[in-house]
Amino acid sequence: MGRGRIGRLGLLVATIAVLLFMYLPLSLVVAYAFNKSGTQTWPPTGYTLEWVNAALANRGLKDAFMTSVGVALGATLVAMILGSLAAMGVARHRFFGRDSVSFLLVLPISLPGVVTGMALSTTFATTDLPLGVLAIIVGHATFCVVLVYNNVVARLRRVSGTLEEASADLGADSFQTFRFVTFPQMRTAILAGALLAFALSFDEIIVTFFLAGGVKTLPIWIFQSFRLANQVALVNVAGLGAILLSVIPVYIATRLTSDSATVGRT
Amino acid sequence: MRRDLAQTDVRLDHVTKRFHDVTAVDDLMLDVERGEFFSMLGPSGCGKTTTLRMIAGFEEATGGTIYLGDVDVTNRPPFKRDVNTVFQNYALFPHLNVFENVAFGLRRRRTPNADVRRRVAEFLTLVELPGYERRKPSQLSGGQQQRVALARALINNPRVLLLDEPLGALDLKLRKQMQLELKRIQTDVGITFIYVTHDQEEAMTMSDRIAVMRAGKVEQLGTAEELYERPSTAFVAGFLGVSNLLEGRVVGHSDGAIEVELSGGRRVRAASEGFADGSTVRVGVRPEKLRLEATTDEGQVARAANGSNELVGRVSDASYVGVSTQYVVRLDDGQDVVVYTQNLDISGIGEQHSEGQQVRLSWLPKHTFVIASNNSQDKEMTADAHA
Repeated sequence: MGRGRIGRLGLLVATIAVLLFMYLPLSLVVAYAFNKSGTQTWPPTGYTLEWVNAALANRGLKDAFMTSVGVALGATLVAMILGSLAAMGVARHRFFGRDSVSFLLVLPISLPGVVTGMALSTTFATTDLPLGVLAIIVGHATFCVVLVYNNVVARLRRVSGTLEEASADLGADSFQTFRFVTFPQMRTAILAGALLAFALSFDEIIVTFFLAGGVKTLPIWIFQSFRLANQVALVNVAGLGAILLSVIPVYIATRLTSDSATVGRT
Repeated sequence: MRRDLAQTDVRLDHVTKRFHDVTAVDDLMLDVERGEFFSMLGPSGCGKTTTLRMIAGFEEATGGTIYLGDVDVTNRPPFKRDVNTVFQNYALFPHLNVFENVAFGLRRRRTPNADVRRRVAEFLTLVELPGYERRKPSQLSGGQQQRVALARALINNPRVLLLDEPLGALDLKLRKQMQLELKRIQTDVGITFIYVTHDQEEAMTMSDRIAVMRAGKVEQLGTAEELYERPSTAFVAGFLGVSNLLEGRVVGHSDGAIEVELSGGRRVRAASEGFADGSTVRVGVRPEKLRLEATTDEGQVARAANGSNELVGRVSDASYVGVSTQYVVRLDDGQDVVVYTQNLDISGIGEQHSEGQQVRLSWLPKHTFVIASNNSQDKEMTADAHA
């Protein structure tokens, strides 16, 4: 029983085609990062770690990388705190406008980055606040919050509120209930959300562009160096680094939550 | 023994709970005595769980006062009340093992470690789960989770243990076993239990007293026997077991009994008082109290010499169910009466009364209860309870 052999074969071909379409370009970046000739031409002429070493020694690249890590850590921290608090409020309390609050929290992730960047840039200019790393963190936090919020809210909805009642019933005050019951339930969801937030922030470029004010994050460095012939090999190595720092957190995050539906847009 | 003190552990004084427009609990008055196994029994939506949650502190009373012992706890949060709850879904902490679940209450009171270990071991033994300390709740069966939940609550030695349909998720056999176990544990620890259930048999098996609740009020309160033998409303008569209710009118009194003329013209006697001559009533009798005999006598039945009530009808349905045979007998006036006969006299196959057979029903006046018949709503509710 089941589909015919042709149908099954067709499905297999389509699946492979889609996966190739998605991952072949990425593997090209990886391949060129180790290409002896240092150019983006197929086939690679041989294997070398020369460009990796050159990249590690390149001052501008290293600075950009560290800036991106710093920005991502900052945005993630903000997202963890605000996202968790918002999720607890929405999932455990009834108040006027709860649905609206939930909607407004999730909205930033679907707003075009150009609009978010433009709006924040204008706001910073209007209020005379300086652009730079802090501005980028604020910009990234607007959509990173969503990832933590979504994960934690989904977790809290699955975890029965009766657990908190049971805790209070056994003599725990509100703080103890949070510490010994609610937080342990949320922990992996917060972590998963944080990893996704980190990955999202790390490679963000559109909002970053509007708020950078001269600061170079890794994506900006890649974007600017991409067109320079003498930097091509380094760009591929940087790309490889960006891939790793996005893929690893996302992989861990999906392992932490069985709820793939709440993972967000990554 | 326990009634000697007759001390009140829980007192609800005019307690009301409204959710928006809905009155879930309506001006409730209730005293639960120390050491008692007290059940609140009723259909869903009768307010029994809401009442329990107000005692626990999870719901705020809209009006009235709740006392634990002599202390007014109406406005205290749950963690400042000397009661513990066993939840319907157990509510064990999934991230903690059995030991830490049971120890949770002791840890909040900063009990020394040595004491915690000793008491947890003691209470796991009480619920027959020693050796399960390191298991996670997800590694336990429903019945075992139930026992952990019980140990987790009892270890705090509360003044009152509240149980919210704790056996609802278990299968029938395990439920029966746990009923006896709960009663044993309650007798062992001597703590007052307040038990919420919609299962009349469960309530009757375990309880010292039962409050039958309906629409936020106590319909009748008493022992299982009192409620079963002398229900005061059609709702109680229908909710606890099956009962036959026949319309009639009081026509006379004589030495502790009243005489009622049924709508079919026949007269029956009931060991009951407090109904005035001429008042409309319903006469009730449980199916297992009826004696059923074949008769050829077509005429008016004279009252038997022993003072039994008698009615004549025809068998309209007979079902053999092993321990008993259940008949539906249609009386002359069209009312149906349900009769359960033990299969004592049946020695072989096919000896039951068959459909269409004319039969005589007889029962004793002391097995007859009388309820006032002025509430048309009662009828509907009885029908619901049967369904």
